[in-house]
Amino acid sequence: MPEIKPFRAQKRMKELMAGHFRGVDAAAKDPDRKVAWCTSVGPAELLHSFGFEVYYPENHGAMLGATRSAEKYIPLANALGYSPDICSYLTSDIGAFLAGETPLQRAYGLEGVPRPDVLVYNTNQCRDVQDWFSFYGRRFGVPVIGVNSPTGVSEVTRPHVNAMVAQYQALIPTLEEVSGRRFDPDRFREVMGLSAKTSDLWKECLWQASYRPSPLTFFDACILMGPAVVLRGTPEAVAFYEELLAELKERVDGGVAAVEGERYRVYWEGMPVWGKLRDLALFFQELRTAVVVSTYCNSWVFDAFDPADPFESMARAYLELFIVRSDDAKERIMARLIEEFQVDGVVYHDAKTCPHNSNTRYGLPQRLKERTGVPFIVIYGDLNDLRCFSEEQAKTNIEAFVEQLGPGRAAAGG
Amino acid sequence: MAAHVLGLDLGSSWSKAVLLDPDGRVAGRALRRTGIRFEDAARDLRDEVLSAAGVDRVGCTVATGYGRRNVPFADARRTEISCHAKGAYHFFPREMDVVDIGGQDNKIIHVRRDGTVANFLMNRKCAAGTGAFVEEIAHRLDIPLERIEALAEGATREITLSSFCTVFSATEVIKLIREGEEPENLCRGIFNSVIARVVEMGPLGEFIVMSGGVVAAFPIVAKIMAGRTGAAVEVPPDPQFLGAFGAALVAREELGADP
Repeated sequence: MPEIKPFRAQKRMKELMAGHFRGVDAAAKDPDRKVAWCTSVGPAELLHSFGFEVYYPENHGAMLGATRSAEKYIPLANALGYSPDICSYLTSDIGAFLAGETPLQRAYGLEGVPRPDVLVYNTNQCRDVQDWFSFYGRRFGVPVIGVNSPTGVSEVTRPHVNAMVAQYQALIPTLEEVSGRRFDPDRFREVMGLSAKTSDLWKECLWQASYRPSPLTFFDACILMGPAVVLRGTPEAVAFYEELLAELKERVDGGVAAVEGERYRVYWEGMPVWGKLRDLALFFQELRTAVVVSTYCNSWVFDAFDPADPFESMARAYLELFIVRSDDAKERIMARLIEEFQVDGVVYHDAKTCPHNSNTRYGLPQRLKERTGVPFIVIYGDLNDLRCFSEEQAKTNIEAFVEQLGPGRAAAGG
Repeated sequence: MAAHVLGLDLGSSWSKAVLLDPDGRVAGRALRRTGIRFEDAARDLRDEVLSAAGVDRVGCTVATGYGRRNVPFADARRTEISCHAKGAYHFFPREMDVVDIGGQDNKIIHVRRDGTVANFLMNRKCAAGTGAFVEEIAHRLDIPLERIEALAEGATREITLSSFCTVFSATEVIKLIREGEEPENLCRGIFNSVIARVVEMGPLGEFIVMSGGVVAAFPIVAKIMAGRTGAAVEVPPDPQFLGAFGAALVAREELGADP
């Protein structure tokens, strides 16, 4: 029977995540401390430098998906005028808020989601985050600020970076006012240094999957990335990824495969299907196919972070992200990863409510196949809204794709 | 060792069985509604086809289709994509696109010159353009399924239902009825829509093999496909059984016999 091999570091991760949520919750209840809500690839480093406890609604959205409670909450937001066609993180999160429920109650004993003092977005990933935060801004009567990033960027240029630096700097007066603290450039540099280290370590962890057999899969990484998202900029995250990296290297040295008898290696492009993460992990195990690389987990690798120049490097890092880029750039990035991870095929997840993270709608898979010769398949689903996911069809597609890989490569002489 | 082999295709609407004799000739076929118990459907089909052929046992059973995981006595399973490709290649050993129109999904399978699958496409979630779509619209028109092809042959005007959604297609039909559209043209429109939904899934080459229950019941779709694409369109014998036949060919391979 296929099995998912757990990591020792997961125990520490659970403690860390519990500490994070309880910490934000304590700050929300303490009039002397402040809470900022931030988008997952928003300017978290700047917020930490002001001493904010930082909470990420997208992480909460993923929890609602993974616990399969999203389906209960999405209709509540739909009824309020938030369409079933928009981001299902947004609709499940707002729906849960309307219901007065959160998985944080059961997992960490919190009474509810920690109340924000300010909401800070970056539209680098999509416009939905701004609308999402605006809902809470109205509900809580707190400021909603953020940066409006360009998208479809082919090469990140000086004018792009300058425009973003100016926008980040323009956030400072509000953040000073809400936090009651003056901006401290040294503290900002320090936080940026910790975020850079977290990012470097997370990248090295992900890169261990370039070994054959791979010691981890995309499905493992979706869980293990938690601290890279919600704790970047803290020493705890650095320590966690040092521990995880050591464990991964141990697996590589010992030839420990995440997928027993690894036959094929595939790339997962697009969002996870959170409510089916474990099912799909086991399904790929059964097919002896390791999902070794993904765009999604790489989204928290920020090569540009540089404590010597925090504003400029932050601007650059949050612009260089895959999701911000043009199809030309995305093709280059994917082609490089396909090569580095020796991938046999690409599985694209077209997520119904996440057009920005679905790269199947403008002919990219077809062009990339032409360029690399690596076959692909598209499965239709969603990150959180399982009403959009036809499990049988998706599994038949994946299974047939894996059947196709064998003779396909043989015929190509590979 | 020479033995009979069995291919079982447990589809969303119908289940099919093909029994091959030790020389690879078809020794029996059976068809029945899948119903809600895949395992029972598989067992009943097996018993039916074996008893009709007077065969006691088979050397290998391969299951395919939606219910392929629910056949406890199968020795192996393959997806319907691989089985349709294998079945089609048996009859047409050349590069081709297999277009399978089933009860709940449509597939385009591009088969290489050597018989391997180069790539494939399946329709998205909706049933528009599948067998279920044909059934639903016929039901809406209150025309028995067995009559719609004959009516379609008498069409005087080409119409296509444009909706991606089977339910909305039905409302489109109601609108056309209200406007006084002839039943013959509506029936032709059903088949035009089936082909339109397939053609927009992906590129098709110049040689197409059609399989599945829809082309078996309504050969007119092959003609419409040829007219629409300009490709040569072939239909193998018993197209509804092609998946089960392909599964039986896989079973022969599993036994080490020549395909």
